[in-house]
Amino acid sequence: MPAGADPGAVTAISSISPNWVTTRLDLLTNWARANSLWPMPFGTACCAIEYMATAASRFDIARFGMERQSFSPRQADVLICAGRLPFKLAPVIRRIWDQMPQPKWSISMGACASSGGIFDNYAMVQGIDTIIPVDVYVPGCPPRPEGLLYGIRLLQKKIQGESIVDDSLRDEHLVGPSGLFLPAERVDELSEPFGNSVSQTRSG
Amino acid sequence: MTAIAPSLPALRDAFGDAVERVAVSCGDTIVYLRRDRVHDALAWLKQTPGQEFDYLTDVTAVEYRDPERPLEVVWQVRSLGRKVDLRVKVALDTAEPLEVPSVYDLWKGADWLEREVYDMFGVVFTGHPDLRRIIMWETYAEGYPLRKDFPLRGHFSRAEQTRQALAANPEAHYSLDELSIAEAFHELPKDVRERLRRGDRGFLR
Amino acid sequence: MSHRTVEYNLATPGLDAEGRPIDIPLGLGLKDTHEYRVPGQFDESFGAEHMLVNIGPQHPATHGVLRLVIELDGETVIRVIPHIGYLHSGFEKLGEYRQYNQIIPLTDRTDYLSPMANNVGFALGVEKLMGIQVTERCRVLRVIACEMSRIISHLVWLGTTGIDLGAFTPFLWSFQERERIYNLQEAWTGARLTTSVTRVGGMMADVPDGWIAALREFCRTFPATLAEVDTMFTRNAIWIGRTQGVGVLSRDEAINRSLSGPMLRASGVDYDVRKDRPYLDYETYDFDVPVGEHGDIYDRYRVRLEEMAQATRILVQAAERLEKLEGTPLNVDDPRVILPPKSRAMSDMEAMIFHFKQVMEGVKPPVGEAYLGIENPKGELGTYLVSDGTAKPVRWRIRPPSFLNLAALPRMCEGALLSDVIAINASVDIVMGEIDR
Repeated sequence: MPAGADPGAVTAISSISPNWVTTRLDLLTNWARANSLWPMPFGTACCAIEYMATAASRFDIARFGMERQSFSPRQADVLICAGRLPFKLAPVIRRIWDQMPQPKWSISMGACASSGGIFDNYAMVQGIDTIIPVDVYVPGCPPRPEGLLYGIRLLQKKIQGESIVDDSLRDEHLVGPSGLFLPAERVDELSEPFGNSVSQTRSG
Repeated sequence: MTAIAPSLPALRDAFGDAVERVAVSCGDTIVYLRRDRVHDALAWLKQTPGQEFDYLTDVTAVEYRDPERPLEVVWQVRSLGRKVDLRVKVALDTAEPLEVPSVYDLWKGADWLEREVYDMFGVVFTGHPDLRRIIMWETYAEGYPLRKDFPLRGHFSRAEQTRQALAANPEAHYSLDELSIAEAFHELPKDVRERLRRGDRGFLR
Repeated sequence: MSHRTVEYNLATPGLDAEGRPIDIPLGLGLKDTHEYRVPGQFDESFGAEHMLVNIGPQHPATHGVLRLVIELDGETVIRVIPHIGYLHSGFEKLGEYRQYNQIIPLTDRTDYLSPMANNVGFALGVEKLMGIQVTERCRVLRVIACEMSRIISHLVWLGTTGIDLGAFTPFLWSFQERERIYNLQEAWTGARLTTSVTRVGGMMADVPDGWIAALREFCRTFPATLAEVDTMFTRNAIWIGRTQGVGVLSRDEAINRSLSGPMLRASGVDYDVRKDRPYLDYETYDFDVPVGEHGDIYDRYRVRLEEMAQATRILVQAAERLEKLEGTPLNVDDPRVILPPKSRAMSDMEAMIFHFKQVMEGVKPPVGEAYLGIENPKGELGTYLVSDGTAKPVRWRIRPPSFLNLAALPRMCEGALLSDVIAINASVDIVMGEIDR
C-alpha cells in the first residue's frame, strides 16, 4: 500500500495489475453488461420512428437484451440519441447524460446526431459529440433498423473489449468551467461545413 | 384567372383608402391594407354577415431579398361556410420598429402563430396577451432567425452557440404566469422557506 | 419502555392503537421526539399549495420533445403550459438556400410520420406557383402516396395512444402493418421513411412491376387488422372510461382556434380539404369523411379509425386507375422543370442545355406567391411560397396543422386529471418535427 494511505481503505480495483482472475471477471462482467443493455431512447425526430420500428416485432431489439426501454436515465445503460439535436435541446441531453450512472455508453443514431446531418444552420448542434462523449456512430438518414442493430452489436463488442482494471473507461466527461465539453476550437472544427454543404449555400 | 374575390368591393366600400392595393397571384387574392386599419378590417371580415371569415388559416411574415422592399405581415383568412380564402397583408418599413395589432381577440388560433412571427422576425403584436419567444429559448441572444440579415449559420461561432445553449438552464424557463406560482415562495413564513430550502417537505402543525 | 412505545410497536403501521390514521410528516427532523400529528389538527394551509410539475422534454408519453408545465391542485389540472421549440431545425431558413427540388428531401423530415404526403404537398405548392398541371398518372400516384401516408400516420397515432393509455399490444400490430407499407415505399422510392417521392412536375420514379399487386394485397388484408383494433378498443370499458368526455373541445372553439383534420372533424365541423378544396382529382374518388360529434378523445379515435378504412377504399380505387394508365407518361413534358432523358441529353444540343440549366441553376418559377393546403393526416398542411423569379424561394412557409392543434391543449386540459393530460396529448396526434420546423 502507498505510504500514508489509510490502512482500513479498500484497495482500488485499478491498482491491481491485470491477471488471469481479472480476465475471467472481465469476461463475466462484460458479457453481462453487453447482453443486458438498457437503452435510454433519447428519440427526437425521424430516427426515433426507425428506433420504434427496431423495437417492434419485425426487427426486435429485445433479442439483443434491450427489452426494457428505460425512459428514466437513472436506470439506463446506453443513451441512444435518435434524431436531430437542436441547440434548445442541448442542455437537456447533457443533463440526461449526467444523470446516467456509470457504466454508461452512448450511441449516436443517424446523420443528424452524428454530425448535424442536412441541417447545417443556426439551430442545430453539429453532432452530439460536441456535447457528450459518443461510443458508436450509426450513419443513415434514417439508418435502417438493421443498421441500428449493427451499431448495437458494435457497442456490445466494444463493451466486451473493456476491462474492469481500466479506470479511465469510467471517467466522467464533465462540462468544463468554460461551459463546454470539448475545447472551443475543437467544437468549431467539428462543426465546420464539409463536402457539399460548403457549395450549397453559395447564395449567402 | 384574374377574378377578384367577391369580398373586395365590399371591403373597399367599408375601408376606402385603407386598402392600398389588391393583387391576384396564382389564383389567390391579396389585399394590402394600412397598418392602422388592419385590425378593424379583419374584424369586419370576421363579423360581417356575408363575409363570415371565421377561420384563421395562418399568420406569417415575408421579408424580401431586396432590402428596399418592406417586410410584409401576412394573414390568411378563410370562410368555412362560403369556401372562400383571402390573404391580407400589411407592409412594414424595416427601418422603423416592426409593430402590428394582434388579432388574438378575434381568433384564438392567432396566439401561437403571432408568437412565432415575433420569434422569427421580431414583429411585435400589440395587444397579444403573452408575446414571448416560442421556438427559440426565451433568452436567445442571436437575433431573429428568419430575417434576411441573419446568416444561415447564425452570428456566433459554433462554440459560442453551444456554450450559450448549454448555459440556458431549461428549468429556469418558466413563463411569467408560471412564475406567479413560484412567486408565492416569498410570501411564505421565513422558517417555512428555510425548511423548504433544506429539502423538507413536511407541514407544520 | 414507556406505555406509548408499546402502543407504537403493537399498532399497525399507519394506524395508531385506536385505529386512527397516523399522519407522519417526513423530514421535519422530529424523528427523535416521536411527535406526530393526530387527525383533526391539520395545518390550515394543507392543500393550498399548487404544484408545478414538469413533463418532458424527454418523456415517453409526450410524443416527441414537448415540454408540458402543469399546475396541479392535487391531481386536478389548473393550467397546462406547453413549451415547444425543442426540435427546431431551421427548415424555413434552410429552404431559402435550397432550390425547389432540393427542398423536397427537407419536407420528408418535417412530418416524419407521413413523409410522402409532405412531399406531395410541397410539390403541389410549387406547381401552383408555376401553373403546371401534372399528368394523370402522376396524380393517381400522388393520391396513393397521400393515402398510404394517412394510414401509416394514423397507425403510429393508434399504437402510441394505446401505449399511453396502457394497451401495449396494438403498438406491435400497428407497427407490423406499417412495415408492410414501408416495404411498398421502399420498393417504390428506395427509402422506408425519407422517401422524397415527388419532384416539381412529376415523381422521382414510377412504381416497379408487381407493386400494384402488392398494394392490392395490403388493401385486402389491412381491414382485418382494423377490425381487430376495433374489437379491442371501441367497446372496451377501460378505453371508453378514459376517452369519453375527456378533452372536449366545442365546435366553435375548434374553428376559432384554427384546428384542422381529425381534431376539427371530431368536434363536429365537416371540413376536409379533399372535399372542400379538391386537389389531385379527389372529387372523382368515392369516399366518406367521418365527422364526430362530441369533440372528445373517443370521437377523435373513431374518426381516425374510420379514416384509415376510407383510405384503404381510396387506395383500391386508385390502384385500379393506375393499372388502366399503364404506359402513360409520368412526368410533365416540360423541359423547364423535368430533366430530359439522359440519352437525349447526351446527343441533342437543346436537351443538353436544358439539362445543364436545370441541374446547375434549378427550377425557376415566375415572380409571385401561392398558398396551397392539402389534407395531411394531422390536418391542413399548407405550403406558402413566395418567389422572386430565382431558383430559391424568398419565403417557404409551412402552415403546420399540429402546431395549431397543440395550441388548443391548454383549453382541453382545464379541469382534467393528470392522467387525462397524457390521454388528451395523445389524442391531438402531434409530430414535433412539424410543430417546431
